[in-house]
Amino acid sequence: MTDLRESARRRYFPDLTLRTQDDKEVRFYDDLIKGKIVTINFFYSKCEDVCPIVTSNLVKVQELLGDQVGRKVFMYSFSLKPKEDTPKAMKEYAEMHGVRPGWTFLTGKPEDLELLRRKLGFTTPDLRADKDVTNHTGNIRYGNEPFMLWGACPGMADPQWIAESVEWMVRPDAVHLPHEHTPAHPDAPRPEHRHHERPAA
Amino acid sequence: MYFNVFGEKVSKGRFKQMVNAFKNRQELIAAGLTSRRDLLKLGLLSASGMLLAKHGLSARAQTATTPTSTSPGSFNLCLPGNQAASPTTRAFVEPLPIMPLAQTVPVSSLSPAPTIAPNTAGGEVRAASHQAPLLNPSMFPFPPPRVYQVRQHAIQAVQSPDLPTQTIWAFDDGFHATSPGPTYRANYGVPQLVRNINALPPANQNGGFGMPSVTTHLHNGHTPSESDGNPCDFYPSGNFCDQYYPNVLAGFSFDHRPTGDINESLSTLWYHDHRVDFTAQNTYKGLLGFYCLFNQFDTGDETTGFRLPSFPQFDIPLAFADKVYDPTTGLLAFDLFNLDGILGDKFLVNGKIQPFLQVQPRRYRFRLLDTGPSRFYEFFLTDPNHLGANNPFFVIANDGNLLPAPVQVTSVRIGVAERVDVIIDFSSFAGKTLYLENRLRQINGMGPVPPQGLVPGQVECSDAFGNLLSDILPAGQGNLLLQFRVSGTKVVDNSVNPMLDHPTFYALPDTTATPRVTRTFQFDRLNGQWSINGQFMDCNHFRFLVQQNSVENWILFNATGDWTHPIHIHLEEHQILSRNRVPPPLAVEHSRKDVTQLRQNERVLLFFRFRDWLGKYPLHCHNVIHEDHAMMGLWNVQPQGDTVLRP
Repeated sequence: MTDLRESARRRYFPDLTLRTQDDKEVRFYDDLIKGKIVTINFFYSKCEDVCPIVTSNLVKVQELLGDQVGRKVFMYSFSLKPKEDTPKAMKEYAEMHGVRPGWTFLTGKPEDLELLRRKLGFTTPDLRADKDVTNHTGNIRYGNEPFMLWGACPGMADPQWIAESVEWMVRPDAVHLPHEHTPAHPDAPRPEHRHHERPAA
Repeated sequence: MYFNVFGEKVSKGRFKQMVNAFKNRQELIAAGLTSRRDLLKLGLLSASGMLLAKHGLSARAQTATTPTSTSPGSFNLCLPGNQAASPTTRAFVEPLPIMPLAQTVPVSSLSPAPTIAPNTAGGEVRAASHQAPLLNPSMFPFPPPRVYQVRQHAIQAVQSPDLPTQTIWAFDDGFHATSPGPTYRANYGVPQLVRNINALPPANQNGGFGMPSVTTHLHNGHTPSESDGNPCDFYPSGNFCDQYYPNVLAGFSFDHRPTGDINESLSTLWYHDHRVDFTAQNTYKGLLGFYCLFNQFDTGDETTGFRLPSFPQFDIPLAFADKVYDPTTGLLAFDLFNLDGILGDKFLVNGKIQPFLQVQPRRYRFRLLDTGPSRFYEFFLTDPNHLGANNPFFVIANDGNLLPAPVQVTSVRIGVAERVDVIIDFSSFAGKTLYLENRLRQINGMGPVPPQGLVPGQVECSDAFGNLLSDILPAGQGNLLLQFRVSGTKVVDNSVNPMLDHPTFYALPDTTATPRVTRTFQFDRLNGQWSINGQFMDCNHFRFLVQQNSVENWILFNATGDWTHPIHIHLEEHQILSRNRVPPPLAVEHSRKDVTQLRQNERVLLFFRFRDWLGKYPLHCHNVIHEDHAMMGLWNVQPQGDTVLRP
């Protein structure tokens, strides 16, 4: 079992040195991932398109997960523009969104963040589209490192549903009773946030 | 800047090396060294039929020793990504496994006894009471005449003699524990109940990937919602679900009372895990099998009905899968951090890497199934000694639905979850060795590379000189999947001869009825998120209500440009009315379908009749990586429907 964990670590989790919004140095694997249940997304603080939606969604997820965050579940947002996302800029961004403890924003050397983005699969095979950072701002990874359980969901999904997905990582062997079988009339259409994948200009 | 096939930055020197390697291969091909024998003689081809990584011949091999998740493949040089260079395995040394037939058990052996309402206190997780016996207890008795009990649990399996024993997940009917699981031999008019027990190990013993909570979907079944295996109805180890399969023709309670529309007969179904967000991992780990449904025409006996080759001796289900094995440990590996689609470099049929099958020189029916996770296949019959020869065969069913009549082809393409039933006549190949070969060029999760003749703006798949490469590889240079060893002794063949007998099967149900509503579904990728109409999978949210016993048209629109998505819709089959406003060009697509390939820049119009059953069902992309990452939506059949146009 430890061999498998070790091979997952080698494949996905380089032990890079990163910097938090509190200007604290941390190691990606040893401090952030090892032995933990986590959520992972990528953002940049000047992003005006989707990041604020995803971040405010995650704020609601943090509320829904309650005091598990910071104890059982750790939330991480990694910068797509580490040069401009200084610890100070990230701290302002976090405060602006009402982020509470247990959720860490991370920056570092551009090449390190780029490696992390690729290792964690925030990519697209069309190399032109891959250069547009906004194409990597949507998804959220969730996982339980010691159990080697990893999934992902859209950051723009309903916060209730995202929180439920994270709960599977906390209690993977528990019964989650079937969802509603007979529906009320479907909800009114939700606001649409359209941003097609496109190559960088 | 230069990138390798994994999308990683490389030095100019390394890039040059890569281009040279590619040129080498092109030169070899240009020099006419295309035959297997020639390449084998030069030691450039492995026994597995793959080009060897010799003297820099393969650009991939050098980077491949470090497995990486960041392997998108590159269109610029048309090189595959996503391939972590599994250890070498010999090909065609082990026989094709034939899955055992599922065995029934006496209903008295089930404990607790099955109940119409979910037995939640007894450990059952089911969304609602069984609709069928409540609707018509004489047609759908409870308990039904056939009862099965299957347990899903871990087994040890040998997928190649050159790899270590693998721990995978299997279905066990109490007599055989296999992956693919036992094959159901089901009959119209004989309802059955499957008690499906989750006995998988706890999550912390998943062996590196897989979620030990399950919901088993009967793919293509005209199944009441509570037994459909809805992705949201998953349950953990220690629990069970009783699934009632009515084995009834669509329309039995509506427009074709009392027995249903014979032209809606199904034949090749399959079952697979459908756990929301984890279907890719769980099916990759082995949770799938076949369900063959017979009736008075498709009898499984070549002396009766349509006289199709006899089941199971000459009618053989084939489950195709491509997988990756860790280059160091040789253990089955799954790329946990890929949202585009996963390609393997090892090809399994019925759970073995590149097996062989001894056949007689006569007609066989093969039921070909693409189990994914993400690869499309285009199957050809290849004679290694006559690579230039076209070897025709007959397609008799699309997605398991018999066509109006057999269609002769030299190749057939399927995407994930699609099936084709084919008849191959080996009588003119006595004593020879043939291959079932996949010649489709696919280098990443986007789907097959574009065919030649591109519209402006599409990605190109080109060689080092900028020449466009076609989506079809030359004969002998694709993936040799299965070897047929044809015996030399002439045998009796009572099965229908599509070439001479000109058989016909079922007529296509009428599609001229006026739809109650025409809905549009736009499949898109928004900031990396797979979406349908800008929304995402959510078990707590229904998109729209379909009115029971009504006709609808659905437009599937591909907003992702160069990607191809195999779109699957539960409960009812559909027919493709048009692709980009013209009838589908391929004869085999004039058929009933449950998965439709939504190809590059396409708009596809589908015809549906929703009949008989109520409740929730999904529509989704069946590239299981896209499906797991929210390219799915729930809808619901109710007595009163809505008319939401873009749900």
